[in-house]
Amino acid sequence: MVDVPLGPAGVIPPAEVEDMELYHPHSWVTKYVFSQDAKVIAIQYSATALGVGLVALVLSWLMRLQLGFPGVFSFIDANAYYQYITMHGMMMVVYVLTALFLGGFGNYLIPLMIGARDMVFPYANMLSFWLYLLAVLVLMASFFVPGGPTGAGWTLYPPQAIMTGTPGGQDWGIILMLVSLMIFIVGFTMGGLNYVVTVLQARARGMTLMRMPLTVWGIFTASFMALLAFPALFVGAVMMLFDRVLGTSFFMPAIVEMGQPLERGGGSPLLFQHLFWFFGHPEVYIVALPAFGIVSDLISTHARRNIFGYRMMVWAILIIGALSFVVWAHHMYVSGMNPYFGFFFATTTLIIAVPTAIKVYNWILTLWRGDIHLNVPMLFALGFIVTFVNGGLTGLFLGNVVVDVPLSDTMFVVAHFHMVMGVAPILVIFGAIYHWYPKVTGRMLNDALGKLHFWVTFLGAYAIFFPMHYLGLMGVPRRYHEMGGMAFVPPSAQTLNAFITVVALVVGFVQLLFVFNLIWSLRHGRPAGGNPWRATTLEWQTPETPPPHGNWGKELPVVYRWAYDYSVPGADQDFVPQNQASITRAAPEPAS
Amino acid sequence: MAEAAVTGRAQVYTAQPGLKGVAGDFASDQRAFKNVSWGKAMMWIFLLSDTFVFSCFLIAYMTARMSTTVPWPNASEVFALTIGGVTLPLILIAIMTFVLISSSGTMAMAVNFAYRRDRRKTAILMLVTAILGAAFVGMQAFEWSKLIHEGVRPWGNPWGAAQFGSSFFMITGFHGTHVTFGVIFLLIVARKVWRGDYDTERRGFFTSRRGSYEAVEIMGLYWHFVDLVWVFIFAFFYLW
Repeated sequence: MVDVPLGPAGVIPPAEVEDMELYHPHSWVTKYVFSQDAKVIAIQYSATALGVGLVALVLSWLMRLQLGFPGVFSFIDANAYYQYITMHGMMMVVYVLTALFLGGFGNYLIPLMIGARDMVFPYANMLSFWLYLLAVLVLMASFFVPGGPTGAGWTLYPPQAIMTGTPGGQDWGIILMLVSLMIFIVGFTMGGLNYVVTVLQARARGMTLMRMPLTVWGIFTASFMALLAFPALFVGAVMMLFDRVLGTSFFMPAIVEMGQPLERGGGSPLLFQHLFWFFGHPEVYIVALPAFGIVSDLISTHARRNIFGYRMMVWAILIIGALSFVVWAHHMYVSGMNPYFGFFFATTTLIIAVPTAIKVYNWILTLWRGDIHLNVPMLFALGFIVTFVNGGLTGLFLGNVVVDVPLSDTMFVVAHFHMVMGVAPILVIFGAIYHWYPKVTGRMLNDALGKLHFWVTFLGAYAIFFPMHYLGLMGVPRRYHEMGGMAFVPPSAQTLNAFITVVALVVGFVQLLFVFNLIWSLRHGRPAGGNPWRATTLEWQTPETPPPHGNWGKELPVVYRWAYDYSVPGADQDFVPQNQASITRAAPEPAS
Repeated sequence: MAEAAVTGRAQVYTAQPGLKGVAGDFASDQRAFKNVSWGKAMMWIFLLSDTFVFSCFLIAYMTARMSTTVPWPNASEVFALTIGGVTLPLILIAIMTFVLISSSGTMAMAVNFAYRRDRRKTAILMLVTAILGAAFVGMQAFEWSKLIHEGVRPWGNPWGAAQFGSSFFMITGFHGTHVTFGVIFLLIVARKVWRGDYDTERRGFFTSRRGSYEAVEIMGLYWHFVDLVWVFIFAFFYLW
């Protein structure tokens, strides 16, 4: 696979639209606080998301402390435990991973990688961040209201989510959660429209869709999917809010609560599950596709080889994106839906393994005989491949109805989704931060700390989640505050739980080291220069580092080649930047 | 080389008919949809997203209607008005639908005059569209208050399934909100047209960007969409 030149003689067509007009901020507040610059918005998004991530990390510690040493910490009662689970899950999936990949990396990388000056609607982009922040604040507020946050589990299944007995069910918790989600979705829509339209309509001269780095493909596809998937969650949230506040019965069947029949009936709890998972399953790929894209670029750059099968990589992203909208009910095999649905959804689910496997093989073939630099971003990228394959394989177990039924609601499920959509994307996020931090700040992150961070996180993640598969196969259920009275669970399970807890605490502390590295390197890191990784993509070719407002100075870049010209025979360097006309720098550039 | 670049453009961008042209546009650089502005592309994609919102609402309503155990109230009786001693089923809804569809017509005319740079006619037609939209919302408010007066609540009603009231208030309320926002933005754009903002390229208050008459067409896309959604609500909620 090589790049297809544009036009007969490979000439670059002239600009079709006039240069983007930028809003030029006049004060510190409009420059750094209410900023319309995608790069500042990206940093605001990322910093907020990392902050939420730390809160969610502490919640996971508290859960692990209870599971590892039940009864030792008296403040973790059953209600508190469910609240930790719920908030940990929802925060990590929506407010950390989605926000970080799309709001953070999307905002920073899309305009730079496609050669634009900014997003196409900078004002809406700014609003997107502030609505996201508002959503986070509303969510966090639920820790401080009477009754505390909701403890319904991150899936928020009704009717239990809005009933007495569930923490926050009849208090403020569930209301704040639903309102926060609705605000998030409105805010995301503003950002998502920006990302999609910028990629489609605001690329540089010579930047065809099939010359875009896979990072942009991943983020673009995920943003488009999010625009189609979040509506289902929005509708579900509105309806449940009405059920809770107005006393409607969309999701409420005839039901008895505390011995009293409620004045409800006729609703369908399954309807919520369908709406939720119509959002929830694409959401998995909204998180995974940007990770796929980013990891492709990390591997190609740090193995000094062109990505293997670029065209197939793009099609795989699009096919996975499309298929992910027709598999949602594989989360509902034990929900009581029509059994024939199981056949359909199991089939579609297993078909997704085909494009996914294409991607994994292509990553490995990119590495094959490559000049692999085992630096920190590469380590994280390799860690991702291994972890993702692991999590993907257990997905084959859970995608089959007959295997899923006994494994449903056990620790096996917890292990599976943490591997595949928890640890794997987080490893990519770390790798990406180590990779692009030099562009954002002009300084390198500390290497020694980075390697320590990688090895503890990577090995720790396996020490945490590998044993959970085993616990799950033994039948240890998930979402249980404590075991006990279960004859089939041997005492050794408790030893394993204690071990997992200790590792989880250690892995958690290493993340604080990473945060320290982020702050310390800001002032003390080694100066990076404009292109420390000798990479081809446009963001490394900006005239200044960090890129200023407007990114490119006076002249917009012109793109002559695809993003993966590494180790080109005959070139004078082992990489050819996308905006370099000839493979040797000395040759005069053709007029365009 | 510079000349080759110009001819190269002509070779690449000559609009080819059919699928070939589409593929050519997608294989080209800079823009996937040639001659589509950012604003228009944004509106189309937003409307696609909004389609999913309304589809979810309508499918959820149908599911609720199927899962409920008590009979569904008869819409043509519930939404009947007695005028001069004659009971007319769905008469108010019919008028509302007529008003909203008519407003789509005036909107289309406004778009036409906007591209002719006829400020006066454009602004007046947009104003008429806004008035028709406001009339629609007003009639909806009347319908709501009439039903509330007759005892319909989100949690129950005198004639049958509680989900009838729930779905009614939720779906028509959400659609009415869309119409209301549309009316507000119609008035804003109409004012800009009237003041000549799009001729003088005056910068927007919030975005500090120059507007163009295309804003009228983008506004029109939204308005026709809201109209189209109403047709589906009319068919699935009132006629079913």
